[in-house]
Parts: sequence; structure tokens; C-alpha cells
Amino acid sequence: MLCDICGKNSATVHLTEIIDDSMNELHLCEECAHQKSLQMEQHFGLSDLLGGMAEFEKPTTKEKEAAVAIKCANCGLTYADFKKIGRLGCSECYDAFRKYLGPLLKKIHGSILHFGKSPFKVAKVSDKRGDLQALRNQLQKAIETEAFEEAASIRDQIKELEKNNLKIITTHKENI
Amino acid sequence: MKLDDLINHSSEWLKGTGPNSDIVISSRIRLARNLEKIPFPHWGNDKQGEGVLNAITEAAGKIDYLKSTTTFKLADLDNVDKQFLIERHLMSYEHAQKTDSKAVVIDDEEILSIMINEEDHIRMQVMQSGFNLFEAWNIINKLDDSLAKELSFAFLADWGYLTACPTNTGTGMRGSVMLHLPALVMTTQINRVLAAIAKLSFTTRGLYGEGTQATGNFFQVSNQVSLGHSEGDIIENINGLIRQIIEQESQARETMLSRNRAVLEDRVNRSFGILKSAHIITSQETIELLSMVRLGCDLGVVKDLNRSSINELFITTQPAHLQKLESKKLSSQERDVKRAELIRSKLKV
Repeated sequence: MLCDICGKNSATVHLTEIIDDSMNELHLCEECAHQKSLQMEQHFGLSDLLGGMAEFEKPTTKEKEAAVAIKCANCGLTYADFKKIGRLGCSECYDAFRKYLGPLLKKIHGSILHFGKSPFKVAKVSDKRGDLQALRNQLQKAIETEAFEEAASIRDQIKELEKNNLKIITTHKENI
Repeated sequence: MKLDDLINHSSEWLKGTGPNSDIVISSRIRLARNLEKIPFPHWGNDKQGEGVLNAITEAAGKIDYLKSTTTFKLADLDNVDKQFLIERHLMSYEHAQKTDSKAVVIDDEEILSIMINEEDHIRMQVMQSGFNLFEAWNIINKLDDSLAKELSFAFLADWGYLTACPTNTGTGMRGSVMLHLPALVMTTQINRVLAAIAKLSFTTRGLYGEGTQATGNFFQVSNQVSLGHSEGDIIENINGLIRQIIEQESQARETMLSRNRAVLEDRVNRSFGILKSAHIITSQETIELLSMVRLGCDLGVVKDLNRSSINELFITTQPAHLQKLESKKLSSQERDVKRAELIRSKLKV
């Protein structure tokens, strides 16, 4: 059987297309099938595919049932709603569905840690950023003068400061 | 400012100036922001939608930066008005659907616009002519800071700005660059370039954004990933990719000029000829022919025409623009006649 599109190569991919109510069978060669799949991808936005992506990693049926029943206390959206519409209901949904959204965000973005600007008051953040910078300078000096005990203590302070307020790190890593 | 005033005004991004403006039409940055705890537009009720609209317009009113802007409520606009704003890239097609509690804020220069209650409570964008994402970022960053002082944006330290769709979570930023790549299309290298773009996690769209096909050799390239990289890094990544595409398009143009000059001049001048003499023309054909004339203009094959007047024609020949120019509703057939008339008058040499 020859490919329905190019009519040259033999058809190795068999596709059933349903547009509105009519069903159409297509027999395609590999190359035309690839082109066709690219076209089809363009018809779907990434967000349309989210429902499908929001699957759980090998869950048991019980876990699955429990997950879809989770409801955001603030806006009433359930995880099942999210899977269906591909949109969250409000900012609180991110907390309500945190356990499942983490892996989803990882799948979409390849990361689950924000490195960018934050909406918090610039003055407040820059003060703390100043502290952090001052500590880093002290650390550098301590290392240069081989005051290793002091260096270790400063390093711990830096770690603590970074851990306590992730926002500071994110602001600091901004390149703009 | 009245909506109809815009027709006599040239948008900043159409000026045909700025870095690499032979290949890059415009650069755009958009940020998605939401108010804490209030349901996202698709999930909230009418009262919540109105509340969001009021809170954001009130906040915008306090910002010096937004002094010379006008707010248009979508419910007050007719279909031609809405289409007109879409054609000018001041709002999305999605924003024009279901108009309750929606508005768009536009500045006089048409550099920035803020869509209220689109997919997110706030979608702000800044456009610049040419290859200039960092300048667009500098402007929008200040605007965002000003708005953040007036409104409580939904934000988590680890996940960044929270958006209705998780594909925008993090920076909530999308940087896009509109490219004109006729030589890569003519030399059939474009598929290789588009495949490379997709592989690098960037997306390509047509002239009017999401879901539109690339027409007239125009391609909009934007980042897909918004979490895990700072805004600066994301822009730098787009810039790196765009620089390579510019390089390839330039090389393809050079090659065509040196090896196939006659073919190129023929195509450009035939396109120019049709535009100057047609009495009926569709917008699709217009875009395709103007694309060739623009290429001819960039390469010095067509003289006595400047880039901004060609850019202008891409927009003024669109359906809603023609109807605004004529101040009346026109059928599709009437538009094709008026379009040809407008083009002939603008290209008179």
C-alpha cells in the first residue's frame, strides 16, 4: 500500500483521524507521518496537553482516587477539575496540590526552583542581601588569612541566612 | 485617547528601527501576574472578576508610569474594535472572547499594554522595534515593580509567580521575537531551523501568536520554560538563539544575491508589480507579497520605499483596520477592493 500523501513510499503508519463527526483513515509513510504529527502538535497548545501530563507516577488505584478528590479549600477546585481543564483555580491551589504539582512543574520546566525577581519590597531584600554580601566578604578574608575556624563559622551563618530566606537567594541570583 | 485615534498613529514596534531591524520586526516581553487568593479569571464568579478589574485599574491609576494610558473595557467595544486591537498586537485573541470584567490598558505610544482578566489577572506586555528584548525587559520590570507596590501578587519563594497555567509558573515571563525569514524559506532551510528551535525548548508561532500559522515568512520565537532560570538568563538564551537565526538568514540572503540575483529580483519586482496594480486582493496574498517587497527593500533591490511604510501596510491592510479607515462595516469582498485601493495609493511611485 502506498502513502496517501506522497503516493511514493509504502505506507507503514496507519492513522484514524476524527474531525467533527466524520472518521477518516490515513495510510502514511514514515516521513509524511512525521510531518502530519508536527501539524497536529501545532493544533494543540501546550496547556491542552497538561491534563494528560498531570498523571501520577505509577500510583495505585486508591492513591489515584485520593488524589483526584483533593480540593483547594480556598476556591473549591479539585485535582480532577485541574486534570480536566489544565488550569488551576487560584494561587492557593499550588499549596493544596503541591505534592502533585512539583513533579508536573519539573516535567514542564525541568526545574522546581525559581531563580528570578520577587515582588517583595526592594529595600527589605537589599538590606539582607547586604548582610549576605558582607558575610561573603568576611569569609573571603578569613580564608585568605587562613583563619579556618572563623571561616567555618561564617560559612554556617551564610548557609543559615540562605536557608531561612530563599527569596534572598533568588534575588541575588538575578542577573539584571 | 480614543480608540479611533490609534489609526492615525504608528505603533512603536512598527517603526522598522532598532538593532537588526532588517530581519527582526519586533521584540516583546510579557509578564503574567495574579492577585493572592482570588480565583483566576476562568474560575472566579462575576463579582470576583469585577473586584479584580477595579483593584487593578485603581492601582494602575496611582502609577506615574501609566499616566498617559487609556483603559478600554472590553464590554464597551464592538467586534471591529476588538479585532483592531488584536491586529495591532495590543491584546490577544483569547482576551476578546467572553468580555465580562475584562479590560486592556494601552499607552499612547503603544509600547505597553496590560490585559486585565485574560488567562491571568494581569498580562502586561512591552513591545520594542527591532531586536531589543533587554530594553523591553527594563521597561516592563519597572512597571511590574510599581504594580507590586500597589497589589499583592501571588508568589511562592520556591515556585515564583503563580499563574493559572503551570506552563507560566516561575518568572511568568514570555519573551518573543518576531522574525522575517524569507531567504530561509525560499532556500528551504527553514524546516531545519524550526526543528532546531523546537529541540532547544523554544516555540515558534505565526504573526498573531498562539495557534496561528506562519504566514508571509514571519515567525515568532519565544521561550517555553519559565521556571528555574532568572529573567536575565531566559532573555540571554533567547538572544543567543535569535543571533544564530539572524546569522543564517543573512547568509541565505547573501547567497541568493550572489548566486540567484535574477531570480530574487524577479520575485521581488513581480510582487511589487502585483501590489501596485491589483484591484482586488486578500489579506493573505497581501502579506505574502509585502514580505517579498520588504526583502527587496532590505537588499536594495527596491528603492524609494522605506521599511516603516511597508511595516505599516502589513497592519493597515488587515480587516479591522480597513473598516476603521473607512469608518464603516465592510464585507469580505468590499475589503478586498478597499485593500487593493489603499495599497495602490501607498505604493504610488
